[in-house]
Amino acid sequence: MKKEQLLDLYYQMVLIRRVEERGAELYQAGKIGGFMHLYIGQEAVSTGLIAAREPRDRVITAYRDHGVALNCGIAANEVMAELLGKSTGMSKGKGGSMHMASTEKNMWGGHAIVGGHLPVAAGLALGDQYAKNDNITICMFGDGATNIGYFHEALNLAKTWGLRVLWVCENNQYGMGTAVERASAVPEIRQKAEGYGMKNGQVDGMDVVKVYEAASEAMNFIRKEGQPYFLEIDTYRFRGHSMGDPERYRKAEEVKKWQENDPIGIFNKYLLDKKVTTRKALDEIETRVEEEVAKAVEFAESSPEPTMEDLYADIYADN
Amino acid sequence: MAKITMREAISQALMEEMDRDPAVFIIGEEVGVWGGTYAVTKGFYDKYGSDRIKDTPIAENAIIGAAIGAAMVGQRPIAELMTINFAFSAMDYIVNQAAKLRYMFGGQFMLPLVIRAVGGGGRQLGATHSQTPDAIFAHFPGLKVVSPGTPEDAKGLLKSAIRSNDPILFIEHATMYQVRGDVPEGEYLIPIGKSKVQRPGKDLTIITYCKGLELSMKAAEELAKEGIEAEIIDLRTLRPLDMGPVLESFKKTNRAIVVEEGWKSYGVGSEIVSRIYEEAFDYVDAPIIRVAQKEVPLPYNRTLEQAALPQVHDIIDAAKEVLK
Repeated sequence: MKKEQLLDLYYQMVLIRRVEERGAELYQAGKIGGFMHLYIGQEAVSTGLIAAREPRDRVITAYRDHGVALNCGIAANEVMAELLGKSTGMSKGKGGSMHMASTEKNMWGGHAIVGGHLPVAAGLALGDQYAKNDNITICMFGDGATNIGYFHEALNLAKTWGLRVLWVCENNQYGMGTAVERASAVPEIRQKAEGYGMKNGQVDGMDVVKVYEAASEAMNFIRKEGQPYFLEIDTYRFRGHSMGDPERYRKAEEVKKWQENDPIGIFNKYLLDKKVTTRKALDEIETRVEEEVAKAVEFAESSPEPTMEDLYADIYADN
Repeated sequence: MAKITMREAISQALMEEMDRDPAVFIIGEEVGVWGGTYAVTKGFYDKYGSDRIKDTPIAENAIIGAAIGAAMVGQRPIAELMTINFAFSAMDYIVNQAAKLRYMFGGQFMLPLVIRAVGGGGRQLGATHSQTPDAIFAHFPGLKVVSPGTPEDAKGLLKSAIRSNDPILFIEHATMYQVRGDVPEGEYLIPIGKSKVQRPGKDLTIITYCKGLELSMKAAEELAKEGIEAEIIDLRTLRPLDMGPVLESFKKTNRAIVVEEGWKSYGVGSEIVSRIYEEAFDYVDAPIIRVAQKEVPLPYNRTLEQAALPQVHDIIDAAKEVLK
């Protein structure tokens, strides 16, 4: 990767972190409702992954989707406005935290039913196969989603039909509050792909460069072979499953240990050690992000609420 | 006008639309090499090939989920569920995905998707393979539910469904594929969301659809011999529901019965009766009667099965009761 690209990845990771920190404050202040699942700690995963795609490649993910939305190029303004339920959000305030999408940015949604979007991802790839192009669908999901039937139906279909899907399991060690080994017959998730004869790999999800490299390699394979690929990315969420999680299922020492491997800290050190850039330049990125997030909050707070006409809009495409 | 079977009508609609639009393809269990469990797509595999007639694993979530995804990116899939009873396996995709994705993402997605499903009892298939759960699906905004009762409507409505940009559940009846009826020559479309007067009459209104139409038409013939003229309104689409012809007829006859094959409780009849009471209360001359399936899981034994399903004589009895 070139310097500019590396710095852009750093910018994206810091942006996700700050948007979510502000989001958490606004949630505590009662300005954001519903469920909100923070991506803090996992930023390197979607940042590295999505950096490896071409614009024509599609992205679809689960409900922990703010970071993915930002990585796909959806503006912080729109993300913040959707969190606040405003009409200027990308889903016009009707989707909220868990339902961010932009067809323009080839981001096909955050989806809130665990595993529910996996067969849909196979369908996006089926549509591309039917159209005879070689677009790839990147489908992200948590470790918890690999225990539900949808996962198995989708993987089987993808391999049987040769669909171009990059299946990405973000193994953050817990499905809600249940540790992987308490819920999954095989703790090493990628072994499940073996059952479908699917090529697979595993990578450290706290290192954005490694994620990018693994994703690039996987996507080269998919594009060339016309076959799916399964990538397990090990990571950890620093915050609770969602806002208001009492976190009785894990020890503070465990969280602390992982936090020492902060993906932003690791990347910061990498950029300085490799002399890609200077501390001053990184500080400037931080400042730029702070300003952008402040503006996004201002934009969201001053945006209009959806109207009563919007209540009945977009149920159907045809009248 | 040509007289063809319901099976031929549906098959013609599929073929005409596949010939017209290359984005249309069929996906489902045994739709291809086998030719369709009810032989609706017989010959399609040879004509269109495996890309457009896609045999799937027995995996309803994958079938409907993949059809949704393909529709989101601009294709026009027709997903076939071997029976509507298997729709329960794919419930999440029908009610949580297809019915909601457009609205929930602020109108960004279009879902030009048809789900064809065979429903109904009367073939001694036992409780899990004989259900008429149409009302459940009609409950969900975001979905459209169509269920024709004649070959003419089946063909015209299915063609409209395939051209629609919304997800549509198209429910056929397992015992009606051999039903014959006149179908117009050449291409025609029938709009979704329009009820129709299938038989004019002045004494009472029978509101029904799908299998209920077949039974009601027979009952009306018997009633006519006794000098009772029933007007039959065929709903054809359960959502969006067109109450116009229903209310117009009721305001004339002031008496009605509703005939459906599904269970009475929380059913299509419950909805129609409520709407009549809400919108035409001053015209009610007698309590409206619902003719529906007995409240039991449908048994295998032929005598018991027929006893549980609504019959022509039940309709005749209800009509006479409402005219007392």
